[in-house]
Amino acid sequence: MSSFWSAWIIGLTVISLVLLCWLLFGTRKIPVDKDKDTTGHVYDGIEEYDNPMPSWWINMFVISIVFGVFYLLFYPGLGNFKGLLNWTSASEWEADVVEAKSKAESFYVAYANTPIPALAEDATAMRVGKRIFSNNCATCHMVDGSGAKGYPNLTDDDWLYGGSPEQIEATLVNGRVAAMPAWESALSVAELDNLTRYVKSLSQPAEAGENAASRAMQGAEQKYLAMCSACHGESGEGNIAFGAPALNDDTWLYGGREVEIRHSIAKGRRGVMPAQAEILGEQKIHLLTAYVYQLSRQ
Amino acid sequence: MTNSVAAVEYDYEVAKRFTVMTVVWGIVGMAVGVLIAAQLVWPALNFDTPWLSFGRLRPLHTNAVIFAFGGCALMGSSLFVVQRTCQARLFALPLAHFVFWGWQLVIVLAAITLPMGLTSSKEYAELEWPIDILITIVWVSYAIVFFGTIMRRKTPHIYVANWFYGAFIVTVAVLHVINSLAVPVSLGKSYSIYPGAIDAMIQWWYGHNAVGFYLTAGFLGMMYYFVPKQAERPVYSYRLSIVHFWALISVYIWAGPHHLHYTALPDWAQSLGMVMSLILLAPSWGGMINGMMTLSGAWHKLRTDPILRFLVVSLSFYGMSTFEGPMMSIKTVNSLSHYTDWTIGHVHSGALGWVAMISIGMVYHLVPVLFEKKKMHSIPLINLHFWLATIGTVLYIASMWVNGIVQGLMWRAYNADGSLTYSFVESVVASGPGYIIRFIGGGMFLVGMLVMAWNVWQTIGPKARAALNNTDAGAVNTAAEGAA
Repeated sequence: MSSFWSAWIIGLTVISLVLLCWLLFGTRKIPVDKDKDTTGHVYDGIEEYDNPMPSWWINMFVISIVFGVFYLLFYPGLGNFKGLLNWTSASEWEADVVEAKSKAESFYVAYANTPIPALAEDATAMRVGKRIFSNNCATCHMVDGSGAKGYPNLTDDDWLYGGSPEQIEATLVNGRVAAMPAWESALSVAELDNLTRYVKSLSQPAEAGENAASRAMQGAEQKYLAMCSACHGESGEGNIAFGAPALNDDTWLYGGREVEIRHSIAKGRRGVMPAQAEILGEQKIHLLTAYVYQLSRQ
Repeated sequence: MTNSVAAVEYDYEVAKRFTVMTVVWGIVGMAVGVLIAAQLVWPALNFDTPWLSFGRLRPLHTNAVIFAFGGCALMGSSLFVVQRTCQARLFALPLAHFVFWGWQLVIVLAAITLPMGLTSSKEYAELEWPIDILITIVWVSYAIVFFGTIMRRKTPHIYVANWFYGAFIVTVAVLHVINSLAVPVSLGKSYSIYPGAIDAMIQWWYGHNAVGFYLTAGFLGMMYYFVPKQAERPVYSYRLSIVHFWALISVYIWAGPHHLHYTALPDWAQSLGMVMSLILLAPSWGGMINGMMTLSGAWHKLRTDPILRFLVVSLSFYGMSTFEGPMMSIKTVNSLSHYTDWTIGHVHSGALGWVAMISIGMVYHLVPVLFEKKKMHSIPLINLHFWLATIGTVLYIASMWVNGIVQGLMWRAYNADGSLTYSFVESVVASGPGYIIRFIGGGMFLVGMLVMAWNVWQTIGPKARAALNNTDAGAVNTAAEGAA
């Protein structure tokens, strides 16, 4: 703030406090007229005594003003004057954060070297893991980790990027970005329909009497081998190196109805798991890894 | 009573109407309050209707009790008191009638627009700009009538009640106009002219001084007439009234920032707001001391006079909430109490305990005077009302204290691992019992108001009621000095 406004605030505050003291001590000195019972004013029958102000009340008033003066000396209040303590609400908040972090640090450090499988058996650690999960993961993966459309189920032991402790930890630390390209422009409508049916058939048991020719579906198999198999594998087994889902099981990240599969092929999909390294830090991720690890092992 | 004029003619019509509407709007405003208190216990009571949802009815409740109930009590009593203590008839009588009808129109417009969802979103200043303009016109008219009457006074001095009423009228005009400045975009929508944190500061400068000048100074004016009148004792200390008046009005105006602790408001403003709020304790208590000590020598009357009991208990609640307020303005206390039900409890210890109780005492004193009756129809019913109101208020405040502290502690609790111990909804569940007790307390207070309505109705009697419906009748009353 400009020095004018700073001076304005200081001036107004000081003048107000001085006037207040003058009001208090100036009127206290006026002697009480012992001869008169009241002031002599009468308003609609109401008279007024002129009793002295109670001394405890004056003392309380003075103490509050003195407190105010000292407070304004030590804390910001008088315009640009920062106060002798140099206190700011931002610095208080920062100090609180540092304190809270160091307290929490000492809690997590006890678990830092425990291997994940052992940690997954530790009841206290898993209670904390559940809290971290609830606060940071449940928005997408749901409170019980069962996932939602577009957000993987973490309880079914079916892993896009692998379910070993190291793989889970890597997913949490760095995040994951899946890139299923959009094939719309490369396929005719008929080809898209056939490919959709072909992909769906991968997870359905071959029915009796069905032959290779009918499964080939007018060249859809060739399309699949040319366009999809590099990531999803020749028989749709998937590949955790790319996070390419297995297509030969009936677990569908974006839905298994034909219309949904068709949309995935035509428009592509881009699943993003945000990196947690910066947000949670190494120690919390360690506990969280154990929590996610045991979700599908109950 | 030595130098009083033998007989002065007074205009009671406006005061009569305002006093009756005080009772009516009190019941309406408090009924809405009880409904929304019930909604917090049984959310289904909004019946899935937007007009009955908590967010729209809550501002209707606050506007109805502050501006309709409190406003009618202040305007009615002030236009009575200013005449009696100045020994002068109302200045510009037709304008006084306009003030009454204009204010009723403001209230009705509020009751229509707020449930419709039309709001400026400023707390206690929710009404949109066309109504704000109407308020300004009515308020300036009120000021003209009030100060015009003071100019006509036959007494050498201006009585202390009128200082407080006067400060209330002048300051509320300034607060209302400055806080309501907005750019209209349609009949029902406008945007505040102030940006961000400045808007927040202006809003709480207004908001806190609505408490300070509307709900404190105005009702202290009421206290300074009706307490000595009902106790039939002289005011305790003239000099105390001078000191606490000037101290109160000069310090209150600074205290607004304590509503914005730990926000984007600059630190210096928060500190100043807190310091001035603490210094405010003594000036606030000055009024309580002067009222309470006025009763010295008349304490025995409390045993037999439930009206005096209303007035005295209102002063006790006033003292309690003006102690609680400065304490809550201390930053460390505020970090626990802010945003919790403690604030709601604090407001209601002032609103029910102080504002409503002193207004109720005023109505019980004034109705027989205005309608020329010896006393209220039923004194036992006043007694019943007193206990309903007192116990209701205590239940309300106590439950909100408990809820507020529980909420504050639950929100700040965190585990050894650094995570929060409780989710927000757990604190809502924990508040459930308190909400039920608050509903019961508020309900008792409302029942008391209904008892008062019946009592007032019976006191006025059929003849006066008919006259009240007829604008021309009884416009001028002659009252002998000291008849009350």
